[in-house]
Amino acid sequence: MTGAQGATRPPYGRAPARARAFAVASLGFAVVGGIAAAIRSQSTDNDWLAVFLLALPLSIAALYYGRHVETQVVDVDGDEADEAVARTSRRIAVAAIATSAALCLGLAIWSAWDGLQDVGDTFFSWENIKSSFPDVVEGFWLNIQIFIIAEILVLGWGLVVATMRRAPGRAAMPLRWFAVVYVDVFRGLPAIVTIYLVGFGLPLTSLPVVSNPDLSIDIGPFHLDQLACLGILALTLVYGAYVAEVYRSGIESVHWSQDAAARGLGLSRGQSLRFVVVPQAIRRVVPPLMNDFIGLQKDTALLNVLGVLEGFNIARIYAGNEFNLSAVTGLGICFLVITIPMTRFADYLVKRDQKRLQAAGG
Amino acid sequence: MALVEARGVVKRFGEQTVLDGVDLEVEPHKVVALIGASGSGKSTLLRCINGLEALDGGTIRVDGRSVLQDDIKLNRLRRDVGIVFQSFNLFPHMSVIDNVMLAPRKVLGVSKADAADRARWLLDRIGLADKADAFPDRLSGGQQQRVAIVRAMAMRPKVLLLDEITSALDPELVDEVLEMVTDLAHEGMTMILATHEMDFARDVADKVCFLHKGSILEEGPPAEIFGSPRHERTAEFLRRSLEGRSR
Ligand SMILES: Nc1ncnc2c1ncn2[C@@H]1O[C@H](COP(=O)(O)OP(=O)(O)OP(=O)(O)O)[C@@H](O)[C@H]1O
Ligand SMILES: [Mg+2]
Repeated sequence: MTGAQGATRPPYGRAPARARAFAVASLGFAVVGGIAAAIRSQSTDNDWLAVFLLALPLSIAALYYGRHVETQVVDVDGDEADEAVARTSRRIAVAAIATSAALCLGLAIWSAWDGLQDVGDTFFSWENIKSSFPDVVEGFWLNIQIFIIAEILVLGWGLVVATMRRAPGRAAMPLRWFAVVYVDVFRGLPAIVTIYLVGFGLPLTSLPVVSNPDLSIDIGPFHLDQLACLGILALTLVYGAYVAEVYRSGIESVHWSQDAAARGLGLSRGQSLRFVVVPQAIRRVVPPLMNDFIGLQKDTALLNVLGVLEGFNIARIYAGNEFNLSAVTGLGICFLVITIPMTRFADYLVKRDQKRLQAAGG
Repeated sequence: MALVEARGVVKRFGEQTVLDGVDLEVEPHKVVALIGASGSGKSTLLRCINGLEALDGGTIRVDGRSVLQDDIKLNRLRRDVGIVFQSFNLFPHMSVIDNVMLAPRKVLGVSKADAADRARWLLDRIGLADKADAFPDRLSGGQQQRVAIVRAMAMRPKVLLLDEITSALDPELVDEVLEMVTDLAHEGMTMILATHEMDFARDVADKVCFLHKGSILEEGPPAEIFGSPRHERTAEFLRRSLEGRSR
């Protein structure tokens, strides 16, 4: 049947051969680029090498074309030899992609080499991190003290505000108004403005406690002077507003009939809150609460405007003296060590409780 | 003397008058079924009897005790009046047995051991003893409703209010719940139930009340109401609910 071969040409025509040629060309282009880069590596005038970056999109296109052709051949049950050619072209294209990706990466690192070294020196100087780290960590310990105390206060204060906002009856009207205004104001102000006003303003007044320069906290491992205490107060005011809203939405997210069911059983308003509504609300509240806490932890660095010698302030002083930011990088790592696990933990809690709380409808 | 006695009960939500002079008497050990179109005020009436809604007029007395909007007295009253809703009854963050034990422990001050004993006994009677430590999300809708009834019964209420407790259930789960209610009726539990299940109302109720536009238009023994309703509206309502069922 040799005569028939020439007469009937398959519908995909010479596409397999074209695909192979395309793949070989892109591989060749990438290899030439690689050789050129290697030869010219000592020269400074190398901008034209960027042309070879085109090898990457070319070889990707070759891969897709090869796949397309192979599909065509298989679809019409075409010649096995053609199928093999198409398959080979795909393999060559994969090799071309690998080569050209390596070439691109090499060229990128090479051309940015000096800059990258600068980046390494400026942000990640091991020497600098090492020498500043003890002081930075000591400063960061102050951040930790501040956010621990502030978080405890925020938990309580937020609940107070949320309760005020939900207080029933006409007599509680002023409480509700206070809560609304408070939340609006402190969520609306930039945290740094509140910190500035509280930290520098209150000592100028003759208000009891807060204007006393001897104000301090000395409990167990906690040692905080007046400025740090005022910083805590400011952070509590800011984050108390956020957390009050988190509580409120948490309580409101519990279906009203849960309260009705509890009250119907004879539980008092307080008991219903305590045993039924709040435990469910807490589970819903934890993730957004964690987020606010992470925000609070990060915002302890803002207290540097008051001159509190917390981690960022100390790292900043180092950075200024050494003309190098690695001390600040060290502080950044301190923050990440705390905030990343916390975020993960919040995600875990959400996952654990989600199903149970959602499923209990009917 | 009637165990539950409502006189001229009025309840408004804003402009809308939902209950417009309801009179209702429930004798001890009797079962009263409230029927009526959706929105006729059945749920509202039950919620008023339990003190979950404040009245705008009239009086309700349970066992001689007036349902006043005084928190302390209400908490006391609610011990005598159990209520089960259509859905969202169980507390999803507690195991089944904790659901049942909560009110006896916190309201009646029963010791943990005693409350647990009684809860297990009650759960055993409805064949759910093995689910005692499961959380509500592991139970079928029918099982959840039965636990909700058991939980109300754990307070040894004098009267039990059931608000369409089967209407959120899949049809095949309805019977197990209705059976349980029938058993309670045979044991002499006083109950008021709002229901769309006409057959059930006919079988279990001693008295059927037809609520229409916020008042009881007609009441009487089931045979009378279902057999020969006096009011055209009652007849029409019954006709419609029969049609609805056969569809
Ligand atoms: N908390 C509320 N606020 C405002 N309106 C309400 C409230 N509760 C009920 N209503 C209104 O009161 C009317 C009666 O409601 P209710 O739930 O008592 O009716 P129902 O007879 O139980 O109806 P269904 O058979 O659908 O349960 C409805 O029009 C409803 O919209
Ligand atoms: Mg209803």
